[in-house]
Amino acid sequence: MTPRIDITLNVNGSDHDIRVEPRRTLADALRQDCGLTGTNVGCEHGVCGACTVLLDGEPVRSCLMFAVQAQGRRLRTVEGLANAEGLHPLQQAFTDHHALQCGYCTPGFLMLAAGTLERHPDIDDESLREVLSSNLCRCTGYQNILRAVRAVRDSRRLAREDAR
Amino acid sequence: MKPPPFRYHDPDSVEEAIGLLGRLENARLLAGGQSLMPMLNMRFVLPDHLIDLARVEALRGVRLEADRARIGAMTVQRDLERDAALAERLPLVAEALRWVGHRQTRNRGTLGGSLCHLDPAAELPAVCAVLDAVVRVRGPGGERQLAFADFPLGYMTPAIEPDEMLVGVELPLWPRGHGHGFAEFARRHGDYAIALAAVQLALDASGRIARAAVAIGGVGPAPVRVQAAERALLGEAPTDAVLAAAAAACREVEAMDDVQVPGTYRRQLAGVMARRALADAVARASAQGT
Repeated sequence: MTPRIDITLNVNGSDHDIRVEPRRTLADALRQDCGLTGTNVGCEHGVCGACTVLLDGEPVRSCLMFAVQAQGRRLRTVEGLANAEGLHPLQQAFTDHHALQCGYCTPGFLMLAAGTLERHPDIDDESLREVLSSNLCRCTGYQNILRAVRAVRDSRRLAREDAR
Repeated sequence: MKPPPFRYHDPDSVEEAIGLLGRLENARLLAGGQSLMPMLNMRFVLPDHLIDLARVEALRGVRLEADRARIGAMTVQRDLERDAALAERLPLVAEALRWVGHRQTRNRGTLGGSLCHLDPAAELPAVCAVLDAVVRVRGPGGERQLAFADFPLGYMTPAIEPDEMLVGVELPLWPRGHGHGFAEFARRHGDYAIALAAVQLALDASGRIARAAVAIGGVGPAPVRVQAAERALLGEAPTDAVLAAAAAACREVEAMDDVQVPGTYRRQLAGVMARRALADAVARASAQGT
């Protein structure tokens, strides 16, 4: 056991004061120290993308960084998507388009899609395929995941055009 | 699969990092962690100390000068990919980066980390090879520079002493109007390449090839420049026959067998990737004029 370090993680706008060993991955700290078990851990070596979270708005794999490295950064996890008014549009679209079966990969896909659409609201289909190909879904739900994310992109685009 | 215990250090200057590296036994530098962390999680590496370079601001950034781009070792791949000025002068870099892992890993992974990890199938070392990059390495005795050609000593072994660290990379610029090409074959996008080719070409006023650089990665223990291919191109008009001859030369590079494919298949793919990258480079060079 190496000495533990006191850190503060800012997750979905709330501060979590935790004490962790430096070897604690961000994924494990979120789940075990912050109690936010929505982020799932799959392969633990950066292949599956199940643990994707947003770090200052950018999707990253939380098994491939240490919790101590996230000090002072803004983190967002799947728990931060829904609000008092209901599900996040991506969560609703995943439901509508049957984009999840067992659901294990879903939090990672949702955060990947959320971060991507925020930064690239007009992302084209080919780029979206490329982005989504980085996460694994073993229930073979890729087409429906693609449909769900495209639906949110398109409805937001329409909303923007209507607003003009 | 959890990382082994280690002591964590997060210096904020290169001097401090080098001091720690010299003082601590069995220490490893942590750049973006996108290769080292899987290796820690699988316990392929067991360091007693990890020196995280994330806070060393001086190691980040891209600076374009008249004849070269200076890039800090800790520049994040995604920032490199998005750098408009670099993309205008050396579009090969952004094109190759699209093949580096995935968006999530490029948000953390760094140029220097990729070069020091020196996976034979990685894209950025091949880019540095084809661009004649100059690598800046600092240690307790000061800084030294070496040509990227002298950087790989062998399989995953960079020419960096245990008390030294990579601090930056210089990429000499090519003339405006040059053409670039990058082609890669992997089983899935984002997987390590089974073979890749990176090409830079410049044409003279008569449309003949005035300058050519061809690198192959993923085939041998480290990326290589294929001088026979470059000789076949120089001074020639970029006809199909000339490009085919250059691609044929790329099939002669040293190749490794592994669990995925035999070396003979890698050599075959090296030729095909070279042919595709050459065709793209010619099309882009012609389109832009000289």
